[in-house]
Amino acid sequence: MRAAAPGSIRRRLLLQLLGGAAVLSVLLYLSVRGVSRSAVEQTQDSILGAATIAVAEQLRGTDEGVDIDIPYTAFSMLGAVGQDRVFYRIIVDGADLTGYADLPAPDDAPPGLNPLFYSRPYQQALVRLAAVNRPVIAGGHTAQVQVIVGQTRSAQEAIVADMAWRAAALGLGFFALAALLAVLTTRSVVRPLDRLAGALGRRGPQDLRPVTQPVPVELAPLTAALNGFIARLSGALKRTETFIAEAAHHIRTPLATLRARAEIALRQTQDEATRASLREVIRAVDDSARAAGQLLEHAAVVYRSDQRAEAPLDLAALLRDIGQSYAPAADMADVALAVSVPDSAVMLTADRLLVETALRNLVDNAIKYSGPDGRVEMGLGVAQGRATIRIADRGRGLSGASLADLTGRFRRGRNVEDVVGSGLGLTIVQEVARAQRGRFTLRERDGGGSCAELTLPLD
Amino acid sequence: MVPKNRAFCEKAEKVRFLLVEDNAELAQTVQARLTLDGHGVDWAASLDAAEDHLATAAYDLILLDIMLPDGDGRDFLAAHRRARRDTPVIVMTARSAVSDRVALLDTGADDYITKPFDFAELEARVRAVLRRRGGAAQTVQTFADLIFDPLAATVAVDGEARELRNRELRLLEVLMSAPERIYSKTQLCDRLFSAAESVSDNAIEVYVARLRRKLDGSRARIETVRGVGYRLTVA
Repeated sequence: MRAAAPGSIRRRLLLQLLGGAAVLSVLLYLSVRGVSRSAVEQTQDSILGAATIAVAEQLRGTDEGVDIDIPYTAFSMLGAVGQDRVFYRIIVDGADLTGYADLPAPDDAPPGLNPLFYSRPYQQALVRLAAVNRPVIAGGHTAQVQVIVGQTRSAQEAIVADMAWRAAALGLGFFALAALLAVLTTRSVVRPLDRLAGALGRRGPQDLRPVTQPVPVELAPLTAALNGFIARLSGALKRTETFIAEAAHHIRTPLATLRARAEIALRQTQDEATRASLREVIRAVDDSARAAGQLLEHAAVVYRSDQRAEAPLDLAALLRDIGQSYAPAADMADVALAVSVPDSAVMLTADRLLVETALRNLVDNAIKYSGPDGRVEMGLGVAQGRATIRIADRGRGLSGASLADLTGRFRRGRNVEDVVGSGLGLTIVQEVARAQRGRFTLRERDGGGSCAELTLPLD
Repeated sequence: MVPKNRAFCEKAEKVRFLLVEDNAELAQTVQARLTLDGHGVDWAASLDAAEDHLATAAYDLILLDIMLPDGDGRDFLAAHRRARRDTPVIVMTARSAVSDRVALLDTGADDYITKPFDFAELEARVRAVLRRRGGAAQTVQTFADLIFDPLAATVAVDGEARELRNRELRLLEVLMSAPERIYSKTQLCDRLFSAAESVSDNAIEVYVARLRRKLDGSRARIETVRGVGYRLTVA
């Protein structure tokens, strides 16, 4: 099967309708012209025939031969049609009685009083002729008299030409009307498609509700198929979500039990070697839980980078919110967490989850690597159409590692072996910066520690 | 020497938890672990059981698991909030993604903690939630001329309030829970640091020195018991 030609339904429908209308218009023109021509011809022929018969009926047989009193009223019947010239010829037994002797005779003998019509060129014009035969008794025998009446057809041609113009005008008018209807029809046929496409196009990437747009019955199978597809897709997404949630639940719950048991054991033992190995167990649990979490987070960031749910976002409020939610963690690590953001909103269009994930990773790192009595500063500045979020600590710094070294997947600094981490945090931040058309930098601070900056374009 | 206020020697419950968790092993372990810190914990293995507990007793805080045999913890949370019950809720979730966090807080959770959790972190979060809610879970404690307000994180000496940082606060809390009792450096370390932190027992000396400065001018003092540990006593 040949694949259907792509292209515009609107254009194809319009072209087909216009093409059909054009063909119909031409046919209309031709048939009106043909019918009118033959009607005019038949009318003229019957007048011509009647005139010829009228002439033939004036034939009288006498003893000397055949006599005729030409009935000029019969010719006036013809003359009424216009400025045409009229010719006649009467032949008695092959000899001309009167009229134009060179008027062409018919090829065949006419069947009695039924006129035989034919056309011949005569005196620089095409002449329409009618001939009848009538036997006349004259001088004791029956003479065969042939009456031929001819007439030029300029008036008839004028009528036919006039009719043709009218037919053409009719055809054009018909075409214009059909074209208008074609445009209206196309528009009304395509409108539901346009509306459906528009409604689908306005949807956000996360919108998996079924299509409820009213559509014509012909489109119903399409929307039904579309809704089936959407349902399968959201079902698959939901199953994946449920699977991830259940997997996380079933892996992390025993890990939580293990960690709590180890903490209780740590409380109850004094032996230094045992305590050291219990701490190792706890660190290992934290490491694996964190790695699992960060892997999922990384996958989510990569997925969302293609499917950003962009919405207006107030960075100042987001930073305050993150500062508040990290307060207990900072407090626990005896790290002072200072948030200084403008009082007014700093608005940009971004995917909140992406930006928040990046910032949480940066704050988490800053607190983790600060050490007791450290100070983490979260700041927000706006300049030249860009917002810069700065998260600075006085921790152990980068020990010379470059940003590229640290943002690789599963890459960690050389000076962090004693701290739980997965090596994915900065990779995630870098991915988010790229997805949001921003920039991520990380540098050593004068006087120790490191400073991370995430710059995002404002609207 | 007998302290004026004996209340804190009798293992008073500091925070009364309702733990809603279907995994028996985890629940029992969490219960055991929180009891070690002097908290009271009731365990409900299902949402129905949790409703029964809430109908018969008052709790300072609910620790809520999400996946339970008879329903979703989030629905319970939503119903809890609709019924205008204001017991704070900390959700224990197995998922750490930001989207889950945002959804949980939108549902009305006061905070959340990701499994597996650090009990020092849980305690810090519980304290932050109770402080934010102005909950009356922990009353002000007194010893000698000290007035200790754990929720406000202050200690007043002679009516002059002094702010305590997290570890100073926890150290004072431990020492005040049993005045005159001698705590070893190891015991104090376990209470002050996350179990995942690798700290030497001597790190405690720094915090003892700081707390002593905060208690300057008080009759109460932290006494070093050479070779054993520390205790809170009255001069």
